[in-house]
Amino acid sequence: MAGTTTQRLWCKRAAKADLLIKGARVVDPTTGLDEVKDVLVRRGRIAALGDDLEPPRGATVREADGCLLMPGFVDLHAHFRVPGGEDAEDLASLTAAAAAGGYVAAFGMANTDPVVDNAALLEGLAQRAQAEASVPVGFHAAVTRSLQGEQLTEMVELAAAGAVAFSDDGVPLRDADLLRKALQYASVTGRHIAVHAEDRSLTRKGVMHEGAVSARLGLGGMPSIAESIEVERALEVAAYEDARLHVCHVSTAAALEHLARFKERGVPVTAEVCPHHLTLTDEAVVTLDANVKMNPPLRPEADRAALVAALAEGLIDCVATDHAPHCADDKEVPFEEAPFGVIGLGTAFAVLYGELVSDGAIDLLTLVDRMSSAPARIAGIPQPSIRKGVEAGFCLFDPADTWTVGRHTLHSRSQNSAWLGKELRGRIILTVAAGHVVWDAGA
Amino acid sequence: MTKRDLLSMDDLTRTDVDLILDTAESFLPILQRDIKKVPTLRGRTIVSYFHEASTRTSSSFDLAAKRLSADTIALKKSGSAIEKGESLKDTILTLSAYSPDIIVMRHPSAGACRLAARYTPASVINAGDGKYQHPTQCLLDLFTLRQTFGRALDGMKISIVGDILHSRVARSDIAGFQMMGMDVTLVGPPTMMPRAIESLGVRVEHDLSNLHTADVIYLLRIQRERMQAGANFLPSLREYARVWGVDRSRVRPGQKVMHPGPINRGVEISGEIADDPDTLILEQVEAGLSTRMAILYRTIVGYSDSASEEA
Repeated sequence: MAGTTTQRLWCKRAAKADLLIKGARVVDPTTGLDEVKDVLVRRGRIAALGDDLEPPRGATVREADGCLLMPGFVDLHAHFRVPGGEDAEDLASLTAAAAAGGYVAAFGMANTDPVVDNAALLEGLAQRAQAEASVPVGFHAAVTRSLQGEQLTEMVELAAAGAVAFSDDGVPLRDADLLRKALQYASVTGRHIAVHAEDRSLTRKGVMHEGAVSARLGLGGMPSIAESIEVERALEVAAYEDARLHVCHVSTAAALEHLARFKERGVPVTAEVCPHHLTLTDEAVVTLDANVKMNPPLRPEADRAALVAALAEGLIDCVATDHAPHCADDKEVPFEEAPFGVIGLGTAFAVLYGELVSDGAIDLLTLVDRMSSAPARIAGIPQPSIRKGVEAGFCLFDPADTWTVGRHTLHSRSQNSAWLGKELRGRIILTVAAGHVVWDAGA
Repeated sequence: MTKRDLLSMDDLTRTDVDLILDTAESFLPILQRDIKKVPTLRGRTIVSYFHEASTRTSSSFDLAAKRLSADTIALKKSGSAIEKGESLKDTILTLSAYSPDIIVMRHPSAGACRLAARYTPASVINAGDGKYQHPTQCLLDLFTLRQTFGRALDGMKISIVGDILHSRVARSDIAGFQMMGMDVTLVGPPTMMPRAIESLGVRVEHDLSNLHTADVIYLLRIQRERMQAGANFLPSLREYARVWGVDRSRVRPGQKVMHPGPINRGVEISGEIADDPDTLILEQVEAGLSTRMAILYRTIVGYSDSASEEA
C-alpha cells in the first residue's frame, strides 16, 4: 500500500570494503560538496571524509590524485534479459557491466520471457539477484499481463514483492483508457507508471528517425510526432488523474515542449533521457551499423541539443541507459533486419563526461545529480551520497585514462554498443556498491 | 407523500422517509402472525415490470403486495413483448390500460422510470434504474439501521466499500444516509470511484486503513464482468479480496456489516463475516418486506390515515 517501504534492490553478499581513497576530487550533489578530500571506508561504510587521513591497519590505500569520486549511478531503465534471454545477458554479466560503468543500482524492465507480471516471478528474480548480482538490482513489473495491453497486473501484490514501478516498456500502452486505469490503480501502490511513448501506427515500417538521413538512405522513417503525440496524450491523462507518470527515453524537442508545459502546471511527471540521444544524431546511421539502431531512434542535431539543455536545466530529470543487450548473431545482420537496442551501462558516464561536461554543456555536479540522486529519488531508494556514516556506494573516475570499448572492457555478454571499437577518454576505475568493491580496474 | 412516484431518494422529504419507516415498523407484527396477510390493499392492482434480472427485489415486492392483498401482475423482459421490440413507452401505455395503482419497475437505463412516469397515471416505483437510483433499497437499509441502532442515526459513521462507480445502491444510500445526518465515507479502488464524487459531501478513501472508525461497514458486490479483459477496473478478484475484501481482521468486534446482496463470499466479504451475528444481511432482506409493504401502502394512501389501524 501507499507509503510502505519494501525492499526494492537485491544483490549477493560479499566482503565489506575497507579502503582509503586519497586525494580525489569529491563531487556530491546531495551535499553540494566539490573538494579534494580523503575518503575512508570501514566495513562498507564511509567512516571519515577529511584531509590527510591516516590509513587504519588492514585498509587498502588508493592514491587518486586527479580522479573524481562521485556517488554511484542509478539506472532506472535497463533490459536485464533475465529471464529468457540469458544468451544476451545474465545478472552476473549485467552487474559486471554496471559496476564497470560506476553504477550502484540498476532497475530492469519487465519485457522479459516470461514477462515480469506476477509476484512469484518477481520473487524468483529477487532470489536470483541475491545469488548472481554483484551490484544491487531491482525490477519493474508489467502494467498488463504478458504486455498484451489487455488486463492489468496485480499491482498491489507486485509492489509488496518489491516492484519499483510499473511499465510495459517496449510496447506502448494500447489506449488512453488503459493508461488512465493503470495510473489510477497504481496510485494505490505508491509506485509510478513508466511509459514508452510511441504511436505505433506512425512507426510501423520505421527503422530510423524520419528526416533527411532516412530520405537519403531509403530507410523507413520513425517520425518525431510518433513520440510527441504519445507523450502529450500520456501527460494529459496523468494531469487529469494527478497521477505519477514517468516518461521513458525522451528523444525529441517536440516532446520536451509538452513536458515543459505540463511540468509548469505542477503535474507529477518525471522523464529520462539516454546517453546516445544526448551525444549522437541520425547522421551516425549513415554507417548502416546495427549498433546505432535503437527505439526511439537517434534524432537530428536540433533535438539532441534540446535534450542536453533540458537535462541541464532539470526539465529532464535523469539519465537512463535503456541498456538493451542483443547477442552478436542478432545484430550482425543488415541494418533493416537488426533488432532495436544498444547497451549503455559501461559507457554512460565516460561518454557524457567526455561529450557534455568537457565542453561545458552541463556541469559535473548537475550530471552526477541526473545520473545518481535524481533516479534514486524517482525509484524511491536512498540517494547515494558521500557522507560519513552512509553505506559506501560510489565510483572513482580517472579523466585521463583512455580505453577502447570492446568485449574486455564492457563486461556485458553482448557488445552492441554504439561506441564499440571507439576509444574513450576517461574511465571508471573503482566502484563500491552496497559497501562492496564491485569493480576495480587495477585489480 | 410529497410526490406521486418514488423515482429517486430526492423525491422524498425527511417527513416522507420517517412516515415510511414508521409504517414499516407498524407492519412488523403482521409478519409475525400465522396468517401473514391483511386486506389493506384489496382491489388494488400492482404491476411489476422488470426489464433487468432481479431475485430479491422482485420477490420482495411481490410478497409485500400479496401480504397487503393487492392483485399483482408480473412482466419480465424474457418472453414478453419487450423482446419483440416494443418500446418502453408502448409497454407502459399497454400496462396502464389495466388501470394499475402502481407500476414497480426496474430498467438497465438511468431515468427509464422517470420516462415511464410520464406515460401512466399510475404511481411508478423505481426498483433500480441503471447505475443511478435504487430508493427502496435505501429505505430498507435505513429501516435496518433504525431497527439496529434506534431512531437517532445522526452523526453515525458509515463506510460504503466497493464498486461505487457501477452502484445505484451507493447513489441512493449516500442521499438517504446523509438525509439522516450520517457521515458517509466511500472506499474502493480508484478505478471504481466516480470522479468528483466528493461533491456529494462524502469522504473518499482508497484503502481500508480507516475502516475501523466506521460504526457500520456497507459492502457492495464486485461484479465479475468488471474483471473482463479490456475492462481493467481490477486486475483480479484475488487482488480485490486481498486489498479491499472484508474479513475478520478488518472488522472490530460489534461493528455492523451490511450488504445489499447477492454476496460473493471470499471476494468482498469473507464467509466468516457473512455468517457473523453482527452482520445484518438477513435483517436487510427481512426489512425489505415490511419496508416495501410500507412503500406500496403509502404510495397509494399517502398521509391520509394510520397504517396500524388499517392493519
